[in-house]
Amino acid sequence: MVKKIFFQSIFFNLFFLKEVFAAESGGMPQLNPEFWISQIFWLTLTFGILYIVLSKLILPKISANLELRKSQIQENIEAAEKQRESSEAKLKEYDDIISKSKLEANNIFKEARENVLKEINAKKETLDKQIDEEIKKVEQEIDLLRKGASEKINKIAIETTSELLLKLIGTEVNNSSISAIVDDLSKRNGDKYYGN
Amino acid sequence: MAANPMTQFQVYRIGPEIKVGAFDISFTNASLFMVISSLAILIIFNLGSKKNSLLPNKIQLLAELSYTFVSKMISDTAGSKAKPYFSFIFSLFMFVLFCNMFGMIPYTFTVTSHIIVTFVLAAFIFIGVTIIGFIKHGIGYLKLFVPSGVPIVLLPLIVVIEIISYLSRPISLSVRLFANMMAGHTMMKVFGGFVISLGVVGGWLPLSFSVALTGLEILVAFLQAYVFAILTCIYLNDALNLHH
Repeated sequence: MVKKIFFQSIFFNLFFLKEVFAAESGGMPQLNPEFWISQIFWLTLTFGILYIVLSKLILPKISANLELRKSQIQENIEAAEKQRESSEAKLKEYDDIISKSKLEANNIFKEARENVLKEINAKKETLDKQIDEEIKKVEQEIDLLRKGASEKINKIAIETTSELLLKLIGTEVNNSSISAIVDDLSKRNGDKYYGN
Repeated sequence: MAANPMTQFQVYRIGPEIKVGAFDISFTNASLFMVISSLAILIIFNLGSKKNSLLPNKIQLLAELSYTFVSKMISDTAGSKAKPYFSFIFSLFMFVLFCNMFGMIPYTFTVTSHIIVTFVLAAFIFIGVTIIGFIKHGIGYLKLFVPSGVPIVLLPLIVVIEIISYLSRPISLSVRLFANMMAGHTMMKVFGGFVISLGVVGGWLPLSFSVALTGLEILVAFLQAYVFAILTCIYLNDALNLHH
């Protein structure tokens, strides 16, 4: 009811305005109702066609394009993320391998060093023993020789002396008396000959 | 051109007179620019949606930016419930924008500077929104006129004011667009006339005004299309989400 009155008043006012402006020369062409019906008709036609074509053909395509792009970008981002993760994992693996191999190399080096040291020590020990033994043997031999030597010398000295005496004097002297003299001499001068 | 700044709004017949019954639906210059605007929109957006490359070219970017612009405007003002009306608001915004912009080219006709055109659009929106409101909320849509938290004493007055403001929506919507377009074009024409009448000596001042006004009017052309569309969204929001 109110609406009806309202609209009536609007139309009345517009009509009134038109009367006023028509009185002037020129006036507002907008208020000349000559082409109102034509304008309404063409507006409805063009806007209707525009709306139908846009809503049925063009806008769904744009929306699909946008969606497609969005999903494509999303996919690409996800793929990139995955690749990043995998590369990070690989980097970690690589680091692990490197550190492991470093450790291994260290271990191998240590082991080798220990082995070599052990071997060297063992060989050194055996060599030392051998040397010691040989030294002992030689010393014993020397001792033996030394002991033997003095006796032999004594014997030679006694025999030589007895022979010398025999040739010189022509008598045989008791060997025991000569040996006593030789012993005495060798005791006195032994140091000179053997360096002991 | 005539010196009268209002002659630019003159509607005249192009081609033969077409009559359906008592009604004259002849093709006029107004019809011509409605057709041109619609065709321009369709061509641009058809080109912009034809092929979908991941990296859009200029026209595709234009179409997609417009799409997201209007889509964001609707979702910001009317929420997700207004999605089915996206096509209509998009067409409306583009139609008004292109009509306004074509009017900025010298010697063209501005379709939206005619009250009858803007009024038909506004009335269609008004009736459509009212129908949507009653379909969504039934008779409860009348609660729109009864704001909550108003003292009982003031209620009759408030209801009357609300009803008047509701009913004046199509008027304000149509007059806003029409008056803006008409005033701008008239003013530009008046300043243009001053340039001629003042000649080489004094014509520079109105000429510079005219140049500045052209920039302003292009802004107004966009702004009014935007305001028209956003007010439609707001009215739609009232009908879809009853807040009162």
